[in-house]
Amino acid sequence: MNRRPVAYDGVAVCCPVTVPYVRYSPETAHWWAGAALSALAGRTGLGPADIDGFCFASFSSGPDTVVGMIQHLGLSPSWMDHIPTGGASGVMAMRRAARAVQSRDAEIVVCLAADTNHVDSFRQTLAGFSRFSQDAMYPYGFGGPNATFALITDNYMRTYGIGRESFAKLCVAQRANALSNPHALMKHPLSFEQYMTSRVISDPVHLLDCVMPCAGAEAFIVTTEEKAESLGLPAASIMATIERHNAFPEDPVQVRGGWARDVDTLWNAAGCGPEDMDTIQFYDDYPVIVAMQMEDLGFCRKGEVAGFIDRHDFTVSGSMPLNTNGGQLSAGQAGAAGGFQNVTEALRQVLHSPLGAQVPDARRVLVSGFGLVNYDRGVCTGAAVLEGVN
Amino acid sequence: MSRLGHVSPGLRSRAARAMAVRAGQGRFVLQVCAGCSVATYPPRDRCPQCWGELRWADQPHTAVLLAETTVRATTDNFYREHLPWRIGTVQLDAGPTAVAHLHSDVAVGDQVRMRLVLDRGGNPAMFALPLKETPHMQDDPQLRVFTSAPKHRRVLVTDGRTKLGQEVAYALLEAGASTVFLGNSDRLLRYDGEDQIASTPHVDVVPLDLTDNRSVSELGGLLGGRVDIIVNTAGYVRPGGVSVGSRLATLQTAMDVNASGLMRLAQAFCPAMGARSDDGVNSASAFVDINFVYAMTGNAGFAGFSASAAARQSLIAGLRGEMTSVGIRVASVLCGPIDDEWHQAVPLPKVAPSRIAKAVVQALQDGLEEAYVGDIAEDLAKRWRQDPLLTMREENL
Amino acid sequence: MSNSGSLCMQMVAALVSGKLKCVDLTNTLSPDFPVIVLPAEFGQCAPFRVETLSRYDENGPAWYWNNITMNEHTGTHFDAPAHWVTGKDLPDNTVDAVPVSDFVAPAVVVDISAEAGADADFVLTRAYLEDWEARNGKIPTRHWVALRTDWYKRVGTPDYLNFKKDGAHSPGPDAGAMEFLVHERDCIGLAVETVGTDAGQASHFNPPLPAHSILHGNGRYGLQCLTNLDKLPTFGAMIVAAPLKIEGGSGSPLRVFALFDAE
Repeated sequence: MNRRPVAYDGVAVCCPVTVPYVRYSPETAHWWAGAALSALAGRTGLGPADIDGFCFASFSSGPDTVVGMIQHLGLSPSWMDHIPTGGASGVMAMRRAARAVQSRDAEIVVCLAADTNHVDSFRQTLAGFSRFSQDAMYPYGFGGPNATFALITDNYMRTYGIGRESFAKLCVAQRANALSNPHALMKHPLSFEQYMTSRVISDPVHLLDCVMPCAGAEAFIVTTEEKAESLGLPAASIMATIERHNAFPEDPVQVRGGWARDVDTLWNAAGCGPEDMDTIQFYDDYPVIVAMQMEDLGFCRKGEVAGFIDRHDFTVSGSMPLNTNGGQLSAGQAGAAGGFQNVTEALRQVLHSPLGAQVPDARRVLVSGFGLVNYDRGVCTGAAVLEGVN
Repeated sequence: MSRLGHVSPGLRSRAARAMAVRAGQGRFVLQVCAGCSVATYPPRDRCPQCWGELRWADQPHTAVLLAETTVRATTDNFYREHLPWRIGTVQLDAGPTAVAHLHSDVAVGDQVRMRLVLDRGGNPAMFALPLKETPHMQDDPQLRVFTSAPKHRRVLVTDGRTKLGQEVAYALLEAGASTVFLGNSDRLLRYDGEDQIASTPHVDVVPLDLTDNRSVSELGGLLGGRVDIIVNTAGYVRPGGVSVGSRLATLQTAMDVNASGLMRLAQAFCPAMGARSDDGVNSASAFVDINFVYAMTGNAGFAGFSASAAARQSLIAGLRGEMTSVGIRVASVLCGPIDDEWHQAVPLPKVAPSRIAKAVVQALQDGLEEAYVGDIAEDLAKRWRQDPLLTMREENL
Repeated sequence: MSNSGSLCMQMVAALVSGKLKCVDLTNTLSPDFPVIVLPAEFGQCAPFRVETLSRYDENGPAWYWNNITMNEHTGTHFDAPAHWVTGKDLPDNTVDAVPVSDFVAPAVVVDISAEAGADADFVLTRAYLEDWEARNGKIPTRHWVALRTDWYKRVGTPDYLNFKKDGAHSPGPDAGAMEFLVHERDCIGLAVETVGTDAGQASHFNPPLPAHSILHGNGRYGLQCLTNLDKLPTFGAMIVAAPLKIEGGSGSPLRVFALFDAE
């Protein structure tokens, strides 16, 4: 099974687009998807007829899937896909689109995630989220993902002796990063003290461990290097990717994600290691998951993340710039677009076209995805190493 | 102002509903693969190890608590009224892990005793209790959400003229019921045990004749907002066959008492109970019907009576469906022949009214939906689960 | 042409003017009105029950009506000869066949209220009746013999059925009294305030239940659960008691009233 994956030769990832988030929107997912396409068109001059691949992710487009969406938006692609994996959808969309382009099933693939957030969307999305959640998780206090991640965090903290102050450092750094991002929903600095004393939501998860649900859209284009160049679009290349679902079901409580199983494959294919990353864009629904990724993606050993966090500065100008747009924790979580924003931010950093502050000389970036708490843990994981042109 | 009768989130898979049926019987079950014998949870439709077919099977009750949290924020209306709410992840000795409601006396690292309970909406729920009984264990506020313990509650027992009704009343008082309203269908006729009832504190004899609309609705108007539990002890039993040895009039009376009476009772009391199902410690919580196990099969010596019991059982199933949406537990306590004057010719064993009374209290304390009392009822239930049609044939020979 | 001279018109005029008094002898049919209770192994008399079909509601927006159920012998009721085994082979022995002319008949009131008040098991005998006739005059033929016991005043209390451990206790006639009233006074029937024409303990009499046995065996009727017999004169009242025309019926609940001269 450990066959070495084919390299992503000739594939270009370009044109990251973010439709600025709002806390609540009366518009639909279709509207937000259209807004993202409109922004892409403004940057590229592409129209509906030019797009022959479409990869879509959303939690709020129901009853429409990608099928309803392409007819709604006037596309006629030769290849399309629907990615229902939320936080893992960005990396997965890029991965699939790259292979479609390599195999010439399509030439210009738009990867797009859009979600609206009505006043009651969060509760409704939760109530109908998954069968296991309905049967065996939500009826237990109905704390939503906060309660699920509280159990994961409680166990993780007990097992590895990590304290909330470690998570505080990650959250405070991400907030500092967010302040340069004009689109971030959180606009005020966050102090260690504020983090530590924020309201308890589901012990040990406090308010500032949680993302703020919002409406928004993210998109990028996967195409050939030639096409990107002809369109005048600066592009990044894909050095390696991994994807894994439902890994380690034998762990009674989640202490690691699927990355741990495929981490060697990732770095072998990339031909470099964690120490070569100029910035990391980790999926950050809760800080415990960010910490887990640091271990599982090879930045430190399992159980040693507290020391790793202690040693590093995660701000844009620091030793390990993390989630440089503020991440979901400070910029907001726009549903499935939350699984795309780390990809678009990664692209911006290596293409040197950031929304906010630029990581100096950023060339290589690790971006990871984590999605779908089907029951008691995140099921879907993915990661990709991207490299900029310079 | 009383809380509206919200129930916990109700959307469930078919497999979860099947689990609910077993939970209502007080069993701790998981699905086990017919192929590889591995137990699985949450409820699935195929084995995740070998894709074999799954069967429900009783499992060891023990587990270890691995992680816990106290939910302090929710978007759900039911839980909003019950916060903070403690849950945890348990490693079941049976194999899988599960998220469970926690008793306040358990902590991470503890060995715990698992119970599969029904929530207010009639759905199955894992509950982790201390391994050993702790002081006032039954009074745990989270546990009380799932049970209908008579303690502190006001109970209507529909027929106090019989030994059965009287024994039920005494057992409820013993279990801490604050008041027992005890029905008397004919205040002009004296009955055995009347003097002891009259001299028992916290018993309030009330006029109630389940065959009389006016009587039932008048009492409903008077007590509807105050009754937390109903135990329907009324019953009319006469021997007889179908083609011979029977009178149609006794069937009609049996139907009127056993089936129509139940409906009158439900109509007069259940809507008000539903409105108070989430009303604090003394919330309205359960409707218990004492019925005869021959409801499931018919019975050669008591054909008409069994028919009325079947009708009654069918109404209970309907009522259960209605009451799950408003948070009232509907339970059937099914017994075999009672040791009374109408079963003089029936050979032993017969079940004593005091035994039934004990089962009623137990069903309330455990939050059950179904309980079988006595050797005859337990035996019939066992046979019925194996082969319903054979059991029917056997009971009617 | 005016018909005011007809007997009927004269009676109507007397009713309107108040010269004729009209008294209701009927108890209200209600679910809690007691019915006779037999030993448990026998079929039991159904009490009166009402189920509302609609009352200006979704089941009938402009109308109110009820389904009612009861026994033929529930509440104030009429016993036809066929009610008893002794009358089973008589002609015209069911309520639908009883001659309609028998539904209007005079009454003589025998007041045993003092005796019954003193002794719930008071038994009316031939000797008592002969003594009564000596004081009040002969009981006329083809009359309802109305036994005033004031038992109706006990309705709504346990004392009406008056059940003790050994059964019901209420006054009634013995066989001698019934033979006398039926054969020597040719009564239409016996009209009582108690739940049956027989005494509460009459199943222990010899022969048992003489009122039912002798009345119905000779084609006479019973009226039970009456009220207001204390309002009637000893002689001179006329009772209207017309049962429902139930095919082959053994009896029927009915409205009973009496007319008599106001002065």
